[in-house]
Formats: sequence, C-alpha cells, structure tokens
Amino acid sequence: MFDMKWFHEASSVDDAIEWLKKDEDAEIISGGTDVLIWMREGKYAGKALVSIHNIPELKGISLEQNGDIVIRPATNFYNITHNDIIQKYMKSLGEAVDMVGGPQTRWAGTIGGNICNGATSAESASTMSAFDANIELKGPNGIRVVPISNWYLGPGKTVKDRCEVVTKFIIPKSNYENFYGYYIKYGKRKAMEITTLGCSCLVKLDDKKTKIEDIKLAYGVANPIPKRVVEGENFAKGKMLKDIDEQFLKEYSEAALSGTNPRDSWRASKDFRIQLIKELAIRTLKESISRAGGKING
Amino acid sequence: MEYDKFIGKYVGRTELRVDAYGKVTGRAKYSADLAPKDSYVAKVLHSTIGNGEVVSIDIEEAKKVDGVVGVFTCFDVPDIEFPTAGHPYSLDPGHRDLCDRHLLNKRVRYYGDDIAAVVALDEVAATKALKKIKVEYKEYPVFTTAREGLDKNATPLHPNLFKDNVIAHIDFKTDKDFDYDKAMEEAKKQYGAENLVEIVKNVKTPLISHSHLELPVSYAYVDTNGKITVVASTQIPHIVRRCVAHALGVPMGKVRIIKPYIGGGFGNKQDALYEPLNAWLTTKVNGHPVLLEISREETIVSTRTRHRMDADIKGVCTKDGKLLFRKITNYVANGGYASHGNSITAKCAGIFKNLYKNPMGCSSEAYTVYTNSPTSGAMRAYGVPQSVSFAETLADDLCFKAGLDPYKFRMDNIVEEGFKDGGNVFYTYGLKDAMKIGHDHIKWEEKREKYKNQTGNIRRGVGMCCFMYQTAVWPISLEVSGVRMILNQDGSMQLQIGATEIGQGADTVFSQIAAETTGITFDKVYIMSTQDTDLTPYDSGAYGSRQSYVCGNAIHKCGQIFKKNILEYAIHMKPEYKVEDLDVDNNNVIIKKSGEVILTMAELATNAIYEKDGLNNHIHAEASIETTTNTFASGCCFVDIEIDMKLGLITIKDIINVHDSGTILNPALAIAQVHGGMSMSLGYAMSEELLVDEKTGRVLNDNWLDYKIPTAMDSPDFHVEFVNMKDPTGGYGNKALGEPPAVPPAVAVRNAVLNATGCMMNEFPMTSQRLVAEFKKQGLI
Repeated sequence: MFDMKWFHEASSVDDAIEWLKKDEDAEIISGGTDVLIWMREGKYAGKALVSIHNIPELKGISLEQNGDIVIRPATNFYNITHNDIIQKYMKSLGEAVDMVGGPQTRWAGTIGGNICNGATSAESASTMSAFDANIELKGPNGIRVVPISNWYLGPGKTVKDRCEVVTKFIIPKSNYENFYGYYIKYGKRKAMEITTLGCSCLVKLDDKKTKIEDIKLAYGVANPIPKRVVEGENFAKGKMLKDIDEQFLKEYSEAALSGTNPRDSWRASKDFRIQLIKELAIRTLKESISRAGGKING
Repeated sequence: MEYDKFIGKYVGRTELRVDAYGKVTGRAKYSADLAPKDSYVAKVLHSTIGNGEVVSIDIEEAKKVDGVVGVFTCFDVPDIEFPTAGHPYSLDPGHRDLCDRHLLNKRVRYYGDDIAAVVALDEVAATKALKKIKVEYKEYPVFTTAREGLDKNATPLHPNLFKDNVIAHIDFKTDKDFDYDKAMEEAKKQYGAENLVEIVKNVKTPLISHSHLELPVSYAYVDTNGKITVVASTQIPHIVRRCVAHALGVPMGKVRIIKPYIGGGFGNKQDALYEPLNAWLTTKVNGHPVLLEISREETIVSTRTRHRMDADIKGVCTKDGKLLFRKITNYVANGGYASHGNSITAKCAGIFKNLYKNPMGCSSEAYTVYTNSPTSGAMRAYGVPQSVSFAETLADDLCFKAGLDPYKFRMDNIVEEGFKDGGNVFYTYGLKDAMKIGHDHIKWEEKREKYKNQTGNIRRGVGMCCFMYQTAVWPISLEVSGVRMILNQDGSMQLQIGATEIGQGADTVFSQIAAETTGITFDKVYIMSTQDTDLTPYDSGAYGSRQSYVCGNAIHKCGQIFKKNILEYAIHMKPEYKVEDLDVDNNNVIIKKSGEVILTMAELATNAIYEKDGLNNHIHAEASIETTTNTFASGCCFVDIEIDMKLGLITIKDIINVHDSGTILNPALAIAQVHGGMSMSLGYAMSEELLVDEKTGRVLNDNWLDYKIPTAMDSPDFHVEFVNMKDPTGGYGNKALGEPPAVPPAVAVRNAVLNATGCMMNEFPMTSQRLVAEFKKQGLI
C-alpha cells in the first residue's frame, strides 16, 4: 500500500508537463523501479505521480537521417539490449543495461529513469558518458539540449527541473562510428546488484589497426558523478598497439586513477575501489581493443 | 559402497511433494493471505538509539492521524518479562529460558528495539502515525562486540538478571585437569619440541540474517469463545502458545496458535517474535483482527540473527600428522536479548571438542555476552557452521604449516565410530566413507599435485571440511511428538501431527512414513498441514533437524496401533481369521502368507462407522512418543575453486556435499534440502554479513540490496551424495539432514583458498575486498 497523493497517466509529453505544473508534490514515474521504492521508504511519501510510461513518442530507438542515434527515454532495458541498432553500433550500452537488477527490473526499468535518477552507480551512466550522449528535455519553458558531461550536479542530482521531461538521448554519429567498447560492472553478486564500480571504455583504432586513434574512458562510482576520465584517455591516445605492454598498462591504470576520487564507505574501502579502478581500466581497454580488431601482447 | 539400508514401498523413494501443486499454483494460503479483509494494521516503532532508556513518549499527534485506532507504548504493556526461545519448557528452573523482555521495552538494548506500536485502519495511516510519535531518550554508551561487553565499564543490559553482561561462561574439557600449557610441556617431552607444529590464531564469523522469503507475519483476534487467537508464520506453534500466555499473563488454554503454510524460517521462526505483541494488541482493540506484517528491514534488525563469534584458537600436532591438543576461547555476541541464551554457544563448543580425537586433551571455552546489537538466536545448524569455521580451519592451517595432506590428516585424527558424548552416540558411522566419496569426486590427489606452486592472476585450489551433528535435542531438551490417525469412510487416512511443515518437505515425508507403516497407500494419506494448538497434537516444532526422527518415530508407533485397530475390526467382520494372520497392504486387508485380499479398506471403514453393532468403531489411533536417543549425523564438503586474484573473485568450479544421514527418506527432497544448505553456506563463505555501526549500534545494510545472499546466478551446480546407512535408533533408520547441509561448504572454500594461495583467511565472509587486502599483504598481487 503506497502513500500516494494522486496518479495521472499522461497521454503526451505536453500533458505530462501540464500535470507536473499543477502540484508541487508531483513527480514523474516511468518504470517505477526507483520511484516506488522511494515511495515505500518514505522519501517520496505523499507525492503525486505523473506516469509517462505509456506515451508512444517516448519509446523506441532510431537511426536518424544524419546518422545520429536517438534513444527515447521510456525504452526499457530489455528493448535496448535487444535492439538491432544498439547491437550494431553501441553494443557496450546494450550489455551494460543487461546488467541491471534482474529480468523483471530490466523489463520494467527505463534508460530515462536510469539517467534521471542521477546515480553514479547507474549501469547506463558510464557508457552514456563514454558516448557523450546529448540529452533533450522539454518543459514549461520549451526544449533544451544538455550534453551528459553537464548533466550531473552531484549524487542523485541533475540539471533537470521537476517539470521537465527527458524526450531524447542523442548520440551523434561521430561519437559512435568506428568505436568499439566494453563495460564492466563490478558488483558483489552476478545479479540483483548495485554497482560497486562501473568502467566503460570505447576505442577507435586507425585503419591498419596498429594504433589507438581515439579512446573514451568513463567510470561510475569512481567519482560522485559518472564521468569521463580524460587523464586516462590522454595517456592512451595515439599509442601504438605493439607498444602496449604490462608497464604501459600499469601506467595507464595509474593515469586513470588520477582522474577519480574514490572514497571509503561501508560498501567498499578506498583501497579496494582503487584496486578496481586500476584493474578495470586495464581489462576494459584490452577487451575494447580486441573488439575493435586490434591485437596486443599485454 | 553397499550398506544395510532401508528402501520400502514408500520410504526411501522419491514421492512428489504433497503440497507441490498447491504451492506452485498459488493456491496454498499463508498467514497474510488468510487475514480478514477488515483487519486493522499494526506497525511497530523502533528505537533510534542503541543503548539507553525511554524517558517519555508523546503520542498525542499520532493519535490524531486519520484512521488511527490506538497507539500503545512501553509504558502501557503488562509488567511481565517473558522468554522467546523455541525450547520446550523445562521443569528444572535452572534450565529455563531467560525471561528478559517486555512486549515493548522502556530499557532500550539495541538500535531497533520495540518501544511503541500503532494500530490503524490501514498501513498508510499506521505509518503516518509512527512518524508523529515523539520519543525522549536517556542514552548510554553503545557496545556492539562480545569483548566490549565483557569490559567492566559496559553498562549491564539486564541488571535484574546479571550483574554484568555475561549470559554464560562455559569450558567444555576432555578432562577437568586439562591445561594447554601443561600439555605443551608434556608434548615437548614426549615428541621433542622440534617435532611439534603449533597454530595460534583468531577467527571471526559474521552476523547473518536468515533471509527466509515470507516475513514473520501474524494476525490476531479474540475468538467468540474468548480465546486469544494468533495465526502466525512460525515453526513452533505450541511453544509460541506458551510464550504468548506467559507474556500476557493468561492461562495457556486461553491462547490458540494456528500455523498455516509458511514460507521458510531457517530458525528465525524458532522463536516467539511478534506473536506475543500482536496477541496483546488485539486485546486492546476489543478483539478485532490485527495484522502485523513487519518489513524486511525490521525482520533483519529486530527479529533474530546468526551469532557473531570471535574466537582465539590454538592447537598442536606432530610433524608427522598426529593432532595432540587444542584450545578455543570463543567470544559470542548475543545481542540485546537472550533468545536461545547460551545453548547455541554450547552446541558450537561441543562440536569443536568432539569433531577430533584429542589424545592430549581439549578445552572449549566460551562467553555468551549481551551486546547492543541485533539479537542472535537459532539459525540453521545452531552454532555448528561457526564451530567448523574454528575446528576445520585450524586443521588445515596445521596441515599447511607442517606440510601434511589435509585429507589424510582427517582420516587419522577425526572422531571415530562409536563416539559418545553423554546421550549422543555415533551409532551408524559414515563419516570416513563420506570423505572417501568426496575425495574421489573432486580427484583430490591429482588436483593437489596439479595446483602446487602456482603463480599468476588465475589460481586454482581444492579444499574440504567435515562436520558432525546431533539428530534432535535429547537429552538437553525434551523430545515429545504427538500423532493422530483417523480412518475415513472410503479407507483413506487423515493424518494429524504437531510437527510443522515449513517448506522443507516434512508433510511429504510424514505421509510416506504413515503409508509405509499402515499399508494405506501414499495417495490416500491426507495430512493436515495446518498446525492448530486447539486441534493438532503436541509437538515442539521444526528445529534441531529433529522432526523426521522424533515425529517420524511417533508416526511409526501410531501407525502400528492404527493398523492393529484396523485388523481387530477386520476379524470382527471376518471372525474366521486371527489378527496375527492378517496385514494391510495397498489399501486392502490381506492374509499375510498368501497375500489374498479379504476386505478392502473402504469396505472395512464404511462398515466400521455405519454398522449398528454397538462397537462404536470410528477407527482411529493416537500416539505420542518421547524420544530418549540421539544419534550423530555427519558428512563433508569438497570443493574445487578458481580465484581471480586481482579482483578477489572466487568461482566454484566443482562442489560436492556428502551426507551420512542414515536412511534417505525421500531422495529428491533430500537433495533439494542439501542444495539449499550449500547455497546458504556459500553466502556465509563469501558475501553475507550484517554490518553494525560501532558507534550507534545501527545495522547499516538492513535490506536485500546491501545484504548479499547469493542469487541463482552466483550458485554453481551442487553435487550431492549420501552414505545411505540405516541407523538403529530411528523407525526407518534416518538421522539429521535438515540443518547439516549448511555447515561445511564455507570452510571447504576457505581451505581451497589456502591451497590456491597460501593465504589463511580467518574472517568470514571472504569478500573480494578482504581477499584483495590479504593478497596484497602477502605480496601476491
């Protein structure tokens, strides 16, 4: 039994915005895998809910004329993982969201919720950061687009206003074309798990597959917000594959670490997080290179 | 290996669970399903300090919340302290459970203690009202560990019972004069100091939550006859009745407990939990039904847990592998209330001492101490998982240091056939055969050889762990079980028992035993799954791996009387025969020698009830049994693991539990029981641990996201074997199997880590973080 003020099933984005404006206690619900938990534990007790779960314009994934990929926010994790466009161009994102909770959560939960909850541990967050997704929102004051690097304000906090609805995630062609990636969610269990540390890497090799032409490295939980770690990227950019040995990997992992701010908590010690940050940097890089068709010895 | 085993027509064979279809289709009803729709809803207010007193409570605002029926506080409850442990009452006052809590407590002993309750029309109103209750506390310093509890400055939590916080201090010795240091001197003389190997260490085991699926739900009402009735998810309805009567200060006959299907208990529900409070709440709202369904968070913090233990251990063996003597001092944190008191510590201490031959002695000392942490009580295997965490890590560490083979070391030093400890006897002994089966399955020698001198990030290891385990609780406690059988007009049987089905398959096995004993077929045995203290006979309940032994024997006894009654009526109908010439088989009365059918059971039953013969023969039988034997079960686990050193990840490549549990009554159910136990033990090994904040006493991970029980994805294929040997003490030769599977896997994994890396992990669970820290410390990564 939920302590819910009222509930509205929105028919369109505009309808949702109208209802959100009506009551300061109104919040958006989509899959409900976060919101209903907050309501149960009291954080959202007494809130009114506006559902965007059944708005057709918020669902689906498409490849635009200009080559950009558009992921609409109410698309559930299952449908992202099993989408042909994602499998072809953004495989590591499909894999990342396939690690959310269990099958039920992946069917109910949406990528919009995963990005809007502001959690640094969100499975899609580090990979969406690696792809430098742009986030389109619609609100009482119209439409705006925010790059994901400007999206997060702190743990659980984003730039989204309460009355704004995310309408699109846009991944420009240049951000995914010829990039191959790998995401590791390190959790204490293999399912029904919160991310202890998430690491997402994207690598673009040159045509001859001898050199790292470009690299994106992003973490979840290594910082208060999910974000790219340019210190690691810069260290590896332009590196010849034949020169990648254990020494390089060790230094690369140290460079990655320098762009993070792991902390001690009862969930994991700082020392353990440091170990994970370094080791996952190495493992995601190796696998990304391999997926891009490159070969290394290390 | 071939043994004298029992395989009957039903017993010893796989029969489908009698409740399979009902449970799979959702037709089986549990306590919350049965509560009347108009039940009030109760919620409990828990303390937000770890140690102190409630000075005052302001409930005025809470009472004004729309839908609130009543608000009750620790200042309103009867001034009666009562026990909660699922133990039969003892006539010996010195052996009774401690009475150390009120229904709601003014004296706060842990963070989460029950201090007030709201009854409302619905859950939302009750929750809103809880938030409006204002509590003023007086706080004392918090101590969460047993060692802190022993400090003379720690506030006594129950000053009316103890001047300090020590519930009990025990020292089980092989010989009252045994002294570790003297034994060492003696050993040096006898074997030479250079030929001795000693291990001195500390082992810590975690605070664990049972994690049964169904929460401890109850609804309570006052019946038309004035009986205070509680329908509850409990393992022990008859004991709960006694505890409720005690807590409310009413006679036992005034209380009725009904137990429908229950969704697991693992020992947490071997305690009176919130049934006494709920019974009292209904009396405060004119007997209207009150549903009290606590949350998972409340279940984790405010019901019971597995004891956290912290033990200093030492032992000595000779370089050629003779274990000489051992000593353990175990500091056991019991939480804010006694619950089962010292009995779990005592069982832990006894098994530590008994599992090995102690040619030069053993001392098993322990302190059970009140602490400002969640109360510990019974949990599957009752202190023995901790016991083997001490005994079986010591064994492997000695072997590692001395360069001995752990398998051979155990074959030479482990408890032998015929071992006796008081009334507990190893009648049938299958421990070494079990070890042999496990050893062969895992390919012990081959793997030990292969896994020598490994380097690199991925390493492999094999490990083992043994255990022994009492079947039932005699002679420590009473062992009584009652059974009633009634013959229906169609020749089928009603079977009523006091023992409880809690998901383990008890009803199925009881039906098999009834069919085997009476000759009425399994499909015609209708067991009453609900235990109702007004209807079903007395039994102490589901715990101690006792029911198939004690109640099984009671069914065996009752079945023989029942059959005799049937045959006596048969010769009334067929006077040409004598009782001793006849038998019942396949729902017919037959001539023993020829097998010829002389009456069907339906004919006999119909006749018995409706014949106006003046015999008044509604055929039934009733029996109860007091068991005065106890037999040791035993077994082992062998495991083969792989470790990803840099991430501290253990993968189980192969694992087998082998159980010496006497006759296996229903192989499919037995295997399922072992699977569940193995999974539970792997949680203890690698992930499960309640974290208690040292400063406040608050549990940090009171939910299933942060408290890590293994998922199906984390569980390997479990292999199970049995040494199926008929024990002379059971009706059909069965020994304990309910709890034992949860004992050995954790330590087998730990010993495999030692084999793989040379690291002696002495704190459970072996989380990745702890493994990585240890590997770094040892310079392995």
